[in-house]
Amino acid sequence: MSRAATEILRRRGRLLLWVGCLAVACVLPLLFKSGFLVSLLCQMGIMVVFALSYNMLLGQTGLLSFGHAVYYGLGAFVAMHALNLVGKGGGPLATALLPLAGGVAGLLGGVVLGYVTTKKAGTTFAMISLGIGELVAACALMFPGFFGGEGGVSGNRVVGKEKLLGLTWGPQIEMYGLIVAWAFVAVVAMYALTQTPLGRMANAVRDNPERAEFVGYDTQRVRYLMLILSGFFAGVAGGLTALNYEIVTAETLNAHTSGVVLLMTFVGGIGFFYGPIIGAILITVMQIVIGGLTHAWLLYFGLFFLFMVLAAPGGIASVIAMQRALWQAGLLGRMLPHYLATVIPVLVLLAGLVGLVELAYALLAGEGATAGDEATRVLGMQVHLRSAMPWAAALAVSAAGAAGLYWIGGRMKRAWHETLSTLNGGRA
Amino acid sequence: MSHPAIRLAGLKKNFGASEIIRGVDLDIRPGERHAIIGPNGAGKSTLFNLISARIPLSGGAIELKGESVVGLKPFQINRKGLSRSFQITNIFHNLSVFENLRCAVLWSLGYRYSFWRRLEGLRDARLRAEAVMEDIGLARRRDTPAGILTYAEQRALEIGITIASGADVVLLDEPTAGMSRDETEAAVALIRRVTEGKTLVMVEHDMGVVFGLADRISVLVYGQIIATGAPAEIRCNAAVREAYLGTSVNHV
Ligand SMILES: Nc1ncnc2c1ncn2[C@@H]1O[C@H](COP(=O)(O)OP(=O)(O)OP(=O)(O)O)[C@@H](O)[C@H]1O
Ligand SMILES: [Mg+2]
Repeated sequence: MSRAATEILRRRGRLLLWVGCLAVACVLPLLFKSGFLVSLLCQMGIMVVFALSYNMLLGQTGLLSFGHAVYYGLGAFVAMHALNLVGKGGGPLATALLPLAGGVAGLLGGVVLGYVTTKKAGTTFAMISLGIGELVAACALMFPGFFGGEGGVSGNRVVGKEKLLGLTWGPQIEMYGLIVAWAFVAVVAMYALTQTPLGRMANAVRDNPERAEFVGYDTQRVRYLMLILSGFFAGVAGGLTALNYEIVTAETLNAHTSGVVLLMTFVGGIGFFYGPIIGAILITVMQIVIGGLTHAWLLYFGLFFLFMVLAAPGGIASVIAMQRALWQAGLLGRMLPHYLATVIPVLVLLAGLVGLVELAYALLAGEGATAGDEATRVLGMQVHLRSAMPWAAALAVSAAGAAGLYWIGGRMKRAWHETLSTLNGGRA
Repeated sequence: MSHPAIRLAGLKKNFGASEIIRGVDLDIRPGERHAIIGPNGAGKSTLFNLISARIPLSGGAIELKGESVVGLKPFQINRKGLSRSFQITNIFHNLSVFENLRCAVLWSLGYRYSFWRRLEGLRDARLRAEAVMEDIGLARRRDTPAGILTYAEQRALEIGITIASGADVVLLDEPTAGMSRDETEAAVALIRRVTEGKTLVMVEHDMGVVFGLADRISVLVYGQIIATGAPAEIRCNAAVREAYLGTSVNHV
């Protein structure tokens, strides 16, 4: 097949994927009609935009930022203040455009702060971004007039009496529609950006800043522009958050939020455009679903991150890309039974570990501590925290899982290496 | 009268207490192919690093086409039409061969930092990158990430990136180092072709390449130029023989 023909096919496939994703995003809430699901999807949409904007720095330009929430938070606060301003005389159209105000705020934040942070790359950039992040977070507490102090700033996204095509943005499902629309436009725009001279030179600067200078590019300028644009999209995400929750607190722009977006992006995979999308969706689900089930969710979250960094440093997207390569080479069938077999010990191990974590949490966090060694509910079971039985059981399940994983996982590893060498051998 | 393409006057460079470049005066004529030879550690690469602003100088003057370039940044000097290659391969490892070359031509074609134009729509950038890719014999490797090319292929790409922008002053630091006989011959033919009508300054250890390609040769020994002249003059120069070439020149 000729180059041009493959290119056309690839483009058609990409278009199909875009439209497919949009369709799924639109249909999901209609299928299930669950308020919880809609709220979850809203948060996902916002985080997808935020994480992609972060990857414009980390994955595309090679800049590890510890303060990206600054632009997200600025966007959120400005959008919230703008909402309260238009509240007097505006309508739903003005509300729908507010994320743009957030974007402009993020962009201007990038223009001012980025000028300082992007002077240097590497560790220096990371440290300065951390410092600026702390600075802005401190300002948020020092200027309650703008940032609203402890309570934050709140507003009402239903503005005026008229409707826009029958919409007021009041019901959560309408808000979800607005988020999908904004997210779709933002994702397409961010993808398009990767296919421009600036986008490509950002990759060049990431790979080899010295050489980029010797082909005529001011690397400092490339980093600066990328940060400004990334600030814009982070600000859009911030504006959507403001509208979605109708309240913005100082937490939006602090180090914790910066950390979460870093984790999402990294877990999803920084080497692929769609990596952060997967990361944002997955981690939002973990936060909300697991966070709703157990108080120890941060611990699970930390363990999961640790596992991902060790097992798949390229992120989930790189694992997917690998399976795709196997599939195209007709080798995936060889690995599939191994994958399935490994699921069993993994589940057993997980069950054991969850048991241990929950027991420990119940014991240490004081639930039941007041009751001495009275019975407490852990994982829906009535257990005595100070008796050996539940601990021994959880330990035994964990040990069984670990042993199984050692054995079955070892076989999978061998099969994996064999398949990989077949794959590479076939290529050469 | 036209200015020299490059003029070095009293150029000095110290690294700490050690003087590496100790007063170099050299005029490179526009359009000539000039080779710089000298023993290991003589300071040839350092000279290139000074001219291209990779490192700051300690004293003296550097002019590019009659204009002082002291204190400029590498990208500013590149925009004035000077392009260089590196002795140790310096490419964009995660980008494909094609993308490496396209990155090398974007600035010279005036696309600057634009983020409102699609790369795919830039016909001239694509054609230029493809032409260079053909020239350096890497057309088959178009979509291969530069980081997994063979050593010789990376060296070819290194030259390609350097010449792609069409700069009129080209510095090549040991372009054929580590290449086989055949690869060297191909590289020499390529260099000859793409530097037609341009100014070339080249550091090279392969005397066959030097004497076959250069219009003039300068000999750098211990941070000083001890002779400059046409190949025939250099071959006969007693000081050069003594300092560096020994008798091996006779066999060339
Ligand atoms: N950044 C640096 N810091 C300290 N010393 C340096 C630096 N760069 C080069 N030198 C020293 O300067 C001297 C000249 O190095 P240079 O690389 O210019 O030599 P060269 O003529 O290119 O040699 P070769 O033929 O081996 O490439 C060497 O002794 C080297 O150790
Ligand atoms: Mg050298």
